[in-house]
Amino acid sequence: MIPTLREFLAIDLAAIITACLCALACAIVGNFLVLRRQSLLGDSIAHSVLPGLAAAFLIVGSRGSVPMFVGALIAGVLSAILSEGLRRFARVEAGAAMGVIFSAMFALGVLLMSLPRMRSVDLDADCVLNGVLETVIWTADASRGTRVPAVWSDLLDPGVLAGAPSQLLTALVVCGVVIMVVLAVFKELTLASFDSALAGALGFRPWLLHTVLVVLAAAASVASFEVVGSILVIAMLICPAATARMCTSRLRTQIALSGVFAILSVLIGYLLAGFGPMLLGYHSLALSASGMIAVAAGALLTGAIIFSPSHGLLARRIRTLRLSVAIAREDLLAMLYRVEESGDARSLTLHHARLALGGGLTTKLAIRGAIRRDQATTTPGGLALTDSGRAAARALVRTHRLWETYLVKELGLRPDHVHRSAMELEHHTTSAMADTLASIVPSTTADPHGRPIPGDRPRGNPPE
Amino acid sequence: MLGELLDILLFRAGYTAAVVSAGCTLLGIAGGIIGCFALLRRRSLMGDALAHATLPGIAGAFLLATAMGSMLPGVLSAKSLPVLLAGATISAALGVLSVHAIVRGSGGRIREDAAIGIVLSVFFGLGYVLLSIVQALPGGTQSGLKTFIFGQPAAMSVGDAMLLAAVALGAALAALLLYKELRLLCFDEGFARVQGWPTGALDLAMMALVVIVVVVGLQAVGLVLVIALLIIPPAGARFWTDRLGTMLWVSAVMGGASGYLGVSLSALLPGVPAGAIVVLVAATLFGVSAIAAPRHGVLSRWARHAALTRRIWVDHALRALFEHAEDGATLEPLGTLSREDGRRALSGLGGDAAIAMLRKRGFIDARGDIVTLTSSGMAAATRAVRNHRLWERFLVLHADMAPSHVDRSADMIEHVLDPALMQELEAALERDEAVAAASRVPTSVHPITPDRRTPGGATGGHA
Amino acid sequence: MLHPLSTPKSLADRPEHSPSSPLSVHDMTVAYQRRPVLWDVDYDAPSQSLIAIVGPNGAGKSTLIKACLDLLPRASGRVEFFGKSYRESRHMIGYVPQRESVDWDFPVSALDVAAMGRYAKIGWFGRVSRRHKDAARECLARVGMADLAHRQISQLSGGQQQRVFLARALAQDATLYFMDEPLAGVDAATEATIIDVLRSLRSAGKTVIVVHHDLPTVPQYFDHVLLLNTRVIAAGPVSGPESVFTSENLRRTYGGRLTLLDQAAEAVARARGG
Repeated sequence: MIPTLREFLAIDLAAIITACLCALACAIVGNFLVLRRQSLLGDSIAHSVLPGLAAAFLIVGSRGSVPMFVGALIAGVLSAILSEGLRRFARVEAGAAMGVIFSAMFALGVLLMSLPRMRSVDLDADCVLNGVLETVIWTADASRGTRVPAVWSDLLDPGVLAGAPSQLLTALVVCGVVIMVVLAVFKELTLASFDSALAGALGFRPWLLHTVLVVLAAAASVASFEVVGSILVIAMLICPAATARMCTSRLRTQIALSGVFAILSVLIGYLLAGFGPMLLGYHSLALSASGMIAVAAGALLTGAIIFSPSHGLLARRIRTLRLSVAIAREDLLAMLYRVEESGDARSLTLHHARLALGGGLTTKLAIRGAIRRDQATTTPGGLALTDSGRAAARALVRTHRLWETYLVKELGLRPDHVHRSAMELEHHTTSAMADTLASIVPSTTADPHGRPIPGDRPRGNPPE
Repeated sequence: MLGELLDILLFRAGYTAAVVSAGCTLLGIAGGIIGCFALLRRRSLMGDALAHATLPGIAGAFLLATAMGSMLPGVLSAKSLPVLLAGATISAALGVLSVHAIVRGSGGRIREDAAIGIVLSVFFGLGYVLLSIVQALPGGTQSGLKTFIFGQPAAMSVGDAMLLAAVALGAALAALLLYKELRLLCFDEGFARVQGWPTGALDLAMMALVVIVVVVGLQAVGLVLVIALLIIPPAGARFWTDRLGTMLWVSAVMGGASGYLGVSLSALLPGVPAGAIVVLVAATLFGVSAIAAPRHGVLSRWARHAALTRRIWVDHALRALFEHAEDGATLEPLGTLSREDGRRALSGLGGDAAIAMLRKRGFIDARGDIVTLTSSGMAAATRAVRNHRLWERFLVLHADMAPSHVDRSADMIEHVLDPALMQELEAALERDEAVAAASRVPTSVHPITPDRRTPGGATGGHA
Repeated sequence: MLHPLSTPKSLADRPEHSPSSPLSVHDMTVAYQRRPVLWDVDYDAPSQSLIAIVGPNGAGKSTLIKACLDLLPRASGRVEFFGKSYRESRHMIGYVPQRESVDWDFPVSALDVAAMGRYAKIGWFGRVSRRHKDAARECLARVGMADLAHRQISQLSGGQQQRVFLARALAQDATLYFMDEPLAGVDAATEATIIDVLRSLRSAGKTVIVVHHDLPTVPQYFDHVLLLNTRVIAAGPVSGPESVFTSENLRRTYGGRLTLLDQAAEAVARARGG
């Protein structure tokens, strides 16, 4: 059941390329929708496409792709205008205004579709919802001299290219236009998405950019709805952009990544839908490709939310853990230093150290880390500082006591309250900040609790 | 045709049709009531997401029940409505949770609007994947599932319709029982929390009611359009009233009427999905409300706006005439000036056309070359000038504005004042001797230059 | 070795906190997106007084109120009301949020809003009875809004809306009131009415804590002042020998940012947020 190259080129290739182009166009526009918190504009446009198609068919009387495209585009833009009008002139809340308009338009579309005149055409509401990716295939038409590609090199043959499915051409044109327009007004779009008021003040006319964005979104959705269906267009608009946003904070990178994710979800989704059941042994089963593409886009997003190295859930958890381990390690060093300072035993038992640091994994990692870094060693009695550990601990305790003194003397906090704040602050103090602190804090040698503030280098050692 | 419609509307078209009609009416009522709270809490589109999120639940429940049914024949029918609706409820709830999980899991990088779109489309996609498995099942029992997408009340059994009616009624009653609590939550969540209400639980209860309406509405209007029952009637009802209590009733009536009329009409148009007709009836009611409702309707807004614009124009024109006359270019008595002067005074407001307009309204007499303010015109002009100058004075004395800047600001506010505020203004200026000295009309705080006589803001330089 | 996180059982056990104080804040730190907005706030409110919280923009004035009322999470610290926890003393606390915090297009009348102050007393599922409506109407009368009780709230002026909020808080019949900028952007008549109401509350033995933005009126309106800029600069009487409302304290409150602490706060936020 694995398709031959010939079958793949004739049946699957056109569908895959078309879906990739559509996904790419949607993803690029989607970045701006997500940034401007207008993701649901895509929702609204996608639902509103239906009456435009039906009306175009009723007026023109044929299922040509140009009138269909124009009709759907007009309907999509109209829905955006109508909901904006409802919001502005009738004071309906933005979300509800969209909901009213798109559900009414969708209902109108369903009604028009079921008119007797529309019955003849192979276009029903169901295929608008789900798309007809399966019908995007290469067709051979002897009268026009077109033929189906049989080997890869056929793809360069003009006769073969002329027989490319119309959806592919539409997708190619729309994707090209979207990329060109976004490149042309990239700076303005970015500014308007980030700060619409500033853009207005600089004379960029936010409403014009908004209109450009609405038209682009409508064009991308209309080109795609035939392939993946009007609901799944929403997945194409939002998911890749949101996935990319989880991976980067730079807009350019985000747009590029969103394109990659869009194409990836098409490839994964299409291949899983076509060949996934085969792998499980169900040879006659083919899953809905458009549905699978949406699921793949959702899965990629879920993956990014969890595993993204920069903003993912896991990365954030690990960062927090690392930070708390580092803090616990520093606390351990400071504790050992204070024990030394108090002059009783020269070591702290492991048990006491664990108790004082709160126990658990963090403590275990902190103690192990301190030993690995050669800052502490295990002695028969427990733990003791090494020389390098002592230097680090001295710096920490110094920062801690400087902060305490600063908080009490300069900010007037009560001595019994400052220990906690200082505990927090000492771990985040750069050496420059410590110097500033030392210059502000009066040259006392004792902290508010009466303990000495260590110098910035060990006593006895000559300055280098 | 008409007789047939009448039969259906009067519940005479047979027992099943009557029960289905009643069920859909109750569904519309429940949607109307619960939708009000969802609208005011700005959760309308969340409902859309979870409506679409029911599809994988329906298909999944069908697959599961089929698998179990083949193991235990006769115990479980895959097409039993409660099973499918239970699946729908579970996946809708998962949809709501997913929206929250995406927003929280992304650390706020993905906002709620995007999360709603993601859940809506990805769940729907999954639903279609599962549907394509259902379609491949042997036996052809699957055709019924697609009715959930567009709704097909005609396919409902009496039992289904009874279930629908009962659940819808229960949900509506629950919302009414929580009226006070939900009203407080929607208006001021912070205050509700300080008073000790469990706002999280109330929010959850509200979303649960939304899920219930969506799920029981699936068979009647279909999952793509069921959200309309939660959005359109409340948004339409808001135009008619400023009271939440009234809004609930109006919305319930609009929702009920949409359900009832829509389902009745769809019985006559077998080819058209019922959901579409229900929504179009609701949308028509909404359109009528948006245009024609008193006070908040678009027509009434426009009428008010036009009246205000007209009043401002008349005030400006009369003030221009008065100030021109006052300025010395006048004949006796006060308020009389030559037509040429009148034209010059009103040059920014339409010149001769303005004179004709004011004359038509009885504010001036124009005989020969002389233009005179009538007594009503004089009274109106005095009031307009007085308001304007009082405001200017107030702004200079109490708002620390430069005299050269107050003219425009006074222009903006003087027309919208109610008499009570005017009295307050006078009281505030009472101790000001300049006002005390001026008998009825205080002097202007700035010299009246020719271009100030045309407060419409335009030029006036050409004379 | 005393564990650094251990704290005493009750604030009242600590010598500097009194069990009778309407509000005791101990060692409270609040962070917004991991950046500290309030640092180590420690405060005891005197009873039967009008207290102003004063400080520059972004000093954490509203945050302080919200964190006390559990509307914002606290990073650390404890709050007690009359020596008891917030949960136990909730019925004694009234709240006036910022006017901008709600949607004034909401379809309710002034009377409906005032009656919301009674909801906690009415309880679950109960209707708003005539008795409660009368109480709400009386509260509206106290702020001079009796005539406008049936107006929809969007048809009220800003000052009138603020008075409706005050009436709602009065309807709560509390002992301790928190008010978030009740005098911001109101007309002179409303300001006078609100101050009258505050004074009558004080003479009835209640405590009112007000976020206030207008320095010159502080001595005229308030007994106590809490000068806040991320931390408590000073707290005490406005006038008299113990007055903390001094130009030196004001300079410290408004005089620029605390660069070193800011740097540290930033470093903390960076380390945690990544």
